[in-house]
Amino acid sequence: MSRLITITINDKPYQVEPNQTIMQAADKLGFHIPRLCYHPKLSIEGACRVCIVEVEGMRNYVASCAFPVSDGMKIRTNTPTLRTARRDIIELILDNHPQDCHTCERDGNCELQRLAASMGIRARHFEGERKRYEKDLSSEAVIRDPEKCILCGRCVRMCSEIQQVHNLTQAHRGFHTVVMPAYNMPMGESVCTACGQCINVCPTAAFLEKNYTQELFEKLNDPNLVKVVQFAPSVRAAIGEAFGLEPGLNMEGQLIASLRKLGFDYVFDTQFAADLTIMEEASEFLERLQNGGVLPMITSCSSAWMKCLEQFYPDLIPNVSTCKSPMSMQGAVTKTYFAKKKKIDPRKILSVAVMCCTAKKYEAARPELMFDGMRGVDIVVTTREAAWMIKSAGIDLVHIQPEEPDHPLGISSGAGAIFGTTGGVMEAAIRTAYELYTGETLVDIEVEAVRGLKGIKEGSITMDGKEIRVAVAHGLGNACRLLERVRQDPSRYHFIEIMGCPGGCVGGGGQPYAQINSIPLDDDNLRKRAQALYDLDKAKTIRRSHDNPDVQKLYKEFLQSPLSPVSHQYLHTHYKAKTPAGIIPKKERTMSGDSK
Amino acid sequence: MTQVQTEKLQTLREAMQAARNDAHPESYLIGILHKVQEIFGYLPREMMDEVAQTLEIPTAHIWGVATFYHYFNLEPIGRYVVSVCMGTACYVKGAAGVLETLKKELGVEVGKTTSDGLFTLQEARCLGACGIAPVMMIGEKIYGQLDSKKTIDIINQYRKAAAEEKSAVGAEARRGKP
Repeated sequence: MSRLITITINDKPYQVEPNQTIMQAADKLGFHIPRLCYHPKLSIEGACRVCIVEVEGMRNYVASCAFPVSDGMKIRTNTPTLRTARRDIIELILDNHPQDCHTCERDGNCELQRLAASMGIRARHFEGERKRYEKDLSSEAVIRDPEKCILCGRCVRMCSEIQQVHNLTQAHRGFHTVVMPAYNMPMGESVCTACGQCINVCPTAAFLEKNYTQELFEKLNDPNLVKVVQFAPSVRAAIGEAFGLEPGLNMEGQLIASLRKLGFDYVFDTQFAADLTIMEEASEFLERLQNGGVLPMITSCSSAWMKCLEQFYPDLIPNVSTCKSPMSMQGAVTKTYFAKKKKIDPRKILSVAVMCCTAKKYEAARPELMFDGMRGVDIVVTTREAAWMIKSAGIDLVHIQPEEPDHPLGISSGAGAIFGTTGGVMEAAIRTAYELYTGETLVDIEVEAVRGLKGIKEGSITMDGKEIRVAVAHGLGNACRLLERVRQDPSRYHFIEIMGCPGGCVGGGGQPYAQINSIPLDDDNLRKRAQALYDLDKAKTIRRSHDNPDVQKLYKEFLQSPLSPVSHQYLHTHYKAKTPAGIIPKKERTMSGDSK
Repeated sequence: MTQVQTEKLQTLREAMQAARNDAHPESYLIGILHKVQEIFGYLPREMMDEVAQTLEIPTAHIWGVATFYHYFNLEPIGRYVVSVCMGTACYVKGAAGVLETLKKELGVEVGKTTSDGLFTLQEARCLGACGIAPVMMIGEKIYGQLDSKKTIDIINQYRKAAAEEKSAVGAEARRGKP
C-alpha cells in the first residue's frame, strides 16, 4: 500500500490514498459530489463541470472527476458560491433542453431532472436560443433525439470505448455540436449494432428504444388474435428494479402472472428455447469437432453481436453457429409446433417477446429469420417497456401471486436460466456437449472458469481425453480483443461464447434504468442479477438442457433430432457480410494480443 | 472511374503510405484530410471512407474531425471561392451590405456553391487589407473599396472570362472532330 496523504474536505482532515481523483476520494468518505458526464467505466471527459469543487489556492473551481488529490489539499464541496455556480451550470444546460419533462419518456428516471431538483432550481434565470433537430427514427431498435442531448458524451464513449463500435461522434462545434453517426447517416443505415448501451448510459432521453407498447396494447385487445408471449432469462432478474425493488430478485412467477393479467393467452419462457438452442448448438459443435468443421465455433445468441459480426468480422462468419437465437427459435416453434398442436392458424398468433435487449427488435425484423412467409416474433418489448405496461395497466407486480408458465413451451432447465449472464451459454453447452460426446454424466456442472465479470474468460474441459479450450467475452469491446486472438491463432480455442452487452443479457440495453443513487451498468448490480439466475439454476432439479422433458417431446413429435432437416428449416439461419463495414482502430487491434 | 480520378486516388494513396505503417496512424489524420482537400477541393465521402479503411480509423472519428474544422469543405466547392471579409474594419465600412449583394447576385447562402459550379460564397475573418475596406477575396486576389455595383461588376468579369474560356474549349473540341 502506498503512503497515505492528508486532505481536508469541508474543514475536516482525512487520510486518503494518493493517485486518485478528488471525486474518488470524496466518494469513499461519503461526500457525494454531483456529477453528470462522469461514468466510472468510461474515460474522463470533464465536459459538464457539474462536479466542480473549491480547492484552496486554485484560481478557479476544479472538476473533481479529473483532478487528483495531493497532500495538504483543502477541498470544499458545498459552499454557497459553489452551489450557485453548479446551479447555474445545470440551468444553462436546461436552457438548451426541451422543457417537456411531463411528456418525456425519461420523466421520473432522468439524471438531469434529478440534478435540477437536487440543485434546488425553482426559478429560471436564463432564456436563450435553443437547438432544434428532428428525431432519427430510422433504426428498428434505437431512437436518437438530438434535442434532448446535453452533450455529456457518455454514449460516444460507451460506443467507442466499451463496445468498440465507434458509431457515434460529436460532429460540428460549439452550439451546433450534435452526437451522430458518421456522415450524419441515419442510425438504421449506420454501423450501430443496436445493443442499446447508449440508452443505458444516457442521462436524458437523447437515446431511447423504439417503443411498441401502444401497438401491443391495441393488439392485446384484438379478439381475433391468440396472444403468446415469451420472456428472456435476464428479464426476471431485473424487472423488479423498475418497481423499486432491490437488484437481484427473481420475479419469474410474478412476471408470468402479470403478463397473463395484461391479456396474454399463453405465457411461455424463452428459457425453454434456450434449452432447445443448446441441443442444436452443442450438436453443431460436436459435428464440427468430429468432422473437421470450422473451429472455433462462436455462439450466435446475441443479436447485437450478430450485426457486429456481419459488419466488423465478415471473415469469421463461417465460425459462427448457424443456430438462431433462443428468442427466434421460440418464435419459430410457437408458430409451427405449438400452433399445430393447438390447431391454431399460425397467422392468427401474435408472438411477443419481452427482452432485456434492444437489438432483439432489430433481430425480429430480419428477413433471413422468416419461415413460411412469417416472422417468428411479431413484437419485441424491452424489460423497461414491459414494466411500464404492467404499471400502466394497474397491475401490482410486487405483490401479485406468482404463477407458472404455460405448456408445452414453458418448462426449462437450470442451463436455460443461466443463458442470461455472461458465460452461461458456454456453461450450458458444456453440460450437454460433454454428455453427448462421452456418454457419461458430467458431475461438476458448475463451470467456475466461465463465470464472473472478467472481460475475457478462458477455460478448458477434457472430454474422453481430448482437451476442449473455450473462451467467453462480454461487451463488444472485449469480443473485439478476443476475436483478434482468434484471427492470429485460429487453433487456440474450440468454442467461444460472445455476448454483445457488458455482463451478458443481464446488462442488456433494454434493462431498467439505474435507480436513484445507482449508476448504469454498476458491476455490483450486474453481479446480483447474474446471481439470481445462478440461484435459479441451483434450485432446479433439471439442470441440463437435454433433460428437459418438453424439449425431448418437441424432438419426438416435431423436430426428429438435432440438426435434422426440420430443425434446419426452422431453427437455423445464415449470415452474410453487410455494409457499411465497421472499422476497429489499429491501436485497439494491436493492443489485443495475448494476455495470458 | 475516369483517368483523372484514378490518378487523384493514386496520389492520395501515396500520401497515406507513411501514415499507414505508423503505430499511430490516427495522428496523421488532419494532415491526410488536408491532402484530400488539396487533391479533390473538398472531402468527398468516398475519400473519407478510403482514409478510414487505409488508416484503420473509424469513420465516425473522421467525421468528427472533418466537421469540427471550418477549413474542411464537405461539399464540392466552386471554381472561384469568394470570401467576404467580416473583420471589424470591413464590417464598419459595410461588409454586411457586400455580403447581401453577393447572396442576392449569386443566389446562394454563405457556405454554398452556385448551381453552375462557378462560385462558392464564404465569410472570412480579417484578410489583412483593412486599408481598402470593405474587401473580398476571389481565389488569391483581393478586391477593395467595394460597394454594391463594384461587387457585381467584378462577379460579371469572372462570369465573362469563364464563358469565353468555355466557348474556346468548345470550338477546339469541334475543330478536333473528324
